[in-house]
Amino acid sequence: MATATSSAIAVGTHHEPHSGFWRNYVFSVDHKVIAKQYLWLSLFMALIGGASAYLIRWQLAWPETYVPGWGYVEPQTYNAIITMHGTIMVFFVAMPFVLGAFGNYLIPLMVGADDMAFPRLNMMSIWTLTVSSAVLIASFFVPAGPAAGGWTAYAPLSARAIYTGVYWGQNLWLVAVALEFASFLMGGINFLTTALNLRAPGMTLWRLPLLVWMELIAAVLFLLSVGPLIAGAFMLLLDRMAGTSFFVPDKGGGDPLLWQHLFWFFGHPEVYVIGLPGFGIMMEIIPVFSRKPIFGYKTIVWGTLGAAVLSFLVWAHHMFVSGMDPRLATPFSITTILISVPFAIMVFSMVATLWGGKIELATPMLFAVGGLATFVIGGVTGVFLGSAGLDIYLHGTYFVVAHFHYTLMPLAIFGGFAGVYYWFPKMFGRMMNETLGKIHFLFTFVCFNCVFIPLFLTGVAGNPRRIYETSAYDYLKGVQPLHVIATIATLGLLIGQLPFVVNFFLSMARGRKAGRNPWNANTLEWCTDSPPPHGNFSEPIVVYRDPYEYGNPDMPKDWMAQNEPPPGLTPARDTGGSNQMKRTGTR
Amino acid sequence: MEATAHIATRAVNDDAFKDIAPGRIALWWFLASEIMVFGGFITCYVLFRYAHGGWEEAAAHVNWRLGSLNTVVLLTSSLTMILAHYSIKTEDQRGVKTFLALTILLGFTFLVVKGFEYHAEFAEGFTPLSGLFWSFYFLMTGLHGLHLLAGIIINISLLTMAMRGTIWAHRDRVEFGGLYWHFVDVVWIFLFPLLYLM
Repeated sequence: MATATSSAIAVGTHHEPHSGFWRNYVFSVDHKVIAKQYLWLSLFMALIGGASAYLIRWQLAWPETYVPGWGYVEPQTYNAIITMHGTIMVFFVAMPFVLGAFGNYLIPLMVGADDMAFPRLNMMSIWTLTVSSAVLIASFFVPAGPAAGGWTAYAPLSARAIYTGVYWGQNLWLVAVALEFASFLMGGINFLTTALNLRAPGMTLWRLPLLVWMELIAAVLFLLSVGPLIAGAFMLLLDRMAGTSFFVPDKGGGDPLLWQHLFWFFGHPEVYVIGLPGFGIMMEIIPVFSRKPIFGYKTIVWGTLGAAVLSFLVWAHHMFVSGMDPRLATPFSITTILISVPFAIMVFSMVATLWGGKIELATPMLFAVGGLATFVIGGVTGVFLGSAGLDIYLHGTYFVVAHFHYTLMPLAIFGGFAGVYYWFPKMFGRMMNETLGKIHFLFTFVCFNCVFIPLFLTGVAGNPRRIYETSAYDYLKGVQPLHVIATIATLGLLIGQLPFVVNFFLSMARGRKAGRNPWNANTLEWCTDSPPPHGNFSEPIVVYRDPYEYGNPDMPKDWMAQNEPPPGLTPARDTGGSNQMKRTGTR
Repeated sequence: MEATAHIATRAVNDDAFKDIAPGRIALWWFLASEIMVFGGFITCYVLFRYAHGGWEEAAAHVNWRLGSLNTVVLLTSSLTMILAHYSIKTEDQRGVKTFLALTILLGFTFLVVKGFEYHAEFAEGFTPLSGLFWSFYFLMTGLHGLHLLAGIIINISLLTMAMRGTIWAHRDRVEFGGLYWHFVDVVWIFLFPLLYLM
């Protein structure tokens, strides 16, 4: 069985393409369809998340005025909206976008497999997430509205309904988040098993494209960090619904700080769960549009693994002013500042990849490089916040808000958009429009910076986050113009997404037909049809090369696909064991 | 040119992880995430108990005799589970059915004993609202019981397959069911001293 032909046979027999609309597009087990479902879901949730940003910013710039298209934002509504904005953007936009959509679409294609290891589990994970989204949306319509205790749901605010006036909203929030976790646990197990187990012959771990590594490490981080928060969610739900007092110090001696520990033990690795796939997308795109190998492949992988380990030891930097033992501040400051080293390695590796390259500023590259540049600001301000002394002043201000938007937006949104522009030809078989893409990038890049640089300044001026009306405080009167600038830029940012929407649907219907490999890229997804057929590859895949062999002056062309045999070698000989044998489960 | 091309262009056989069945990799990752869930509960419990005094008094009311009995029952069930797995390996058709049935029986025994414990505790007036110790006690043993119930359901489906003879086409599943069963057992090994003996 140890020949390439055995995998060729297995490719076709794994699961038959079903006919019928429901089987093909709704309850599909094909990883490519599921990936698109994740994409649609995240784009849909982004509409709600974007609308909430609009309401928040309008209220902050022009407090208690009529918001066009909505009405007045009441204080209680404001609390609910900021809570839902954070929850939706982190759990229902960023994660399905960079993990769900790109992880599902690309991991099997990039490792040379015909599908995920567990296609039905994969389908279950997208439908669990859909139910979870529906529960979250339903919470808008229950009496007293959705959760209003912040996206971090800090106890005791979240532990007793009386504090926020929200009962069912917060309960449904907990249910929705728990289902979301279940969904991504299923997805993560699939990612791991597929990337470890279903690699094509020759696709060694050190030949995996970096995006696969990043999705893999993100999946491990999620699997190992979310458990304690699931435990915490059980306790919080009991506190709310049964009247226990795990997080409330009223009778049994519970402790609100415990929730913060559980939340951030998950919450910090979660940042990297979202961030690493964004990095991975950039690392795929930058070599292609620089026509150079990525700089320091192994260093990036080891650095990321180091960051992954460290990410479990930094959570209390979110809690410097929480009332925890202040002696903990120094060790957590040290680990936090230490973790900037692997991220600096990743950033510098990408910059070094650009160095001396034949750079082509196509839209995917613009988003990748633009995201990289903006991420640096987020990374550097993270060092500010990691030092406990400075954090005592900046904690809970708009500086923090600006900081985390500067880390998550470049990785999840810029990175995600870069990925959409780059893999759209593979997903839909047509090219996206470059002009509209560049307009989209220009709006996004300029407006994004105009939103959040003013917010750094208001934060330094001591403007607390999560307050309904900044102008009610005398000492903040001076920063009001900055809020107006940020809000106008937010409007620009939202309007700037229209070219993307138009481009997306127009290109899907009428874009220029893309060939198999429109970017002359090396990784395996480009050596099959666009879009790939059911089962992904029509011929057996054998990998001979590293993923980033670009611009080798000794070669006749400046790219070498991973499955391109060396000159003089016929592909059938030099192959390894089949990657399809273990599907039956018998040994 | 020859040298640079040579290094990069061989098809290398990297069988790292590839000779492990996908189901086994997936199950171990699932168990890892489960360990983090129970690890979260146990860590919270230990830290709370360390930080607040006076839990010994509440803990004195749990029935350590029934708890010990249940520990023996559960450890024995792990043995029968292993014997079921061994019977798969030795192709012992009767053994598979017998030992799976015994495992299920012991699992139910555990749940019944636990039910009597709960009943006695409620009768004495101890509920999840009687203080943090009891909140933790009922939450952790309750979730452990649910996991055990899930294990029983898995074993019942394995037993059904064994009766029909279809299990021989899916031998891995006995191993996977066993791994899960041992995990639930190990959780109890942590819960028992923490809740009953401390």
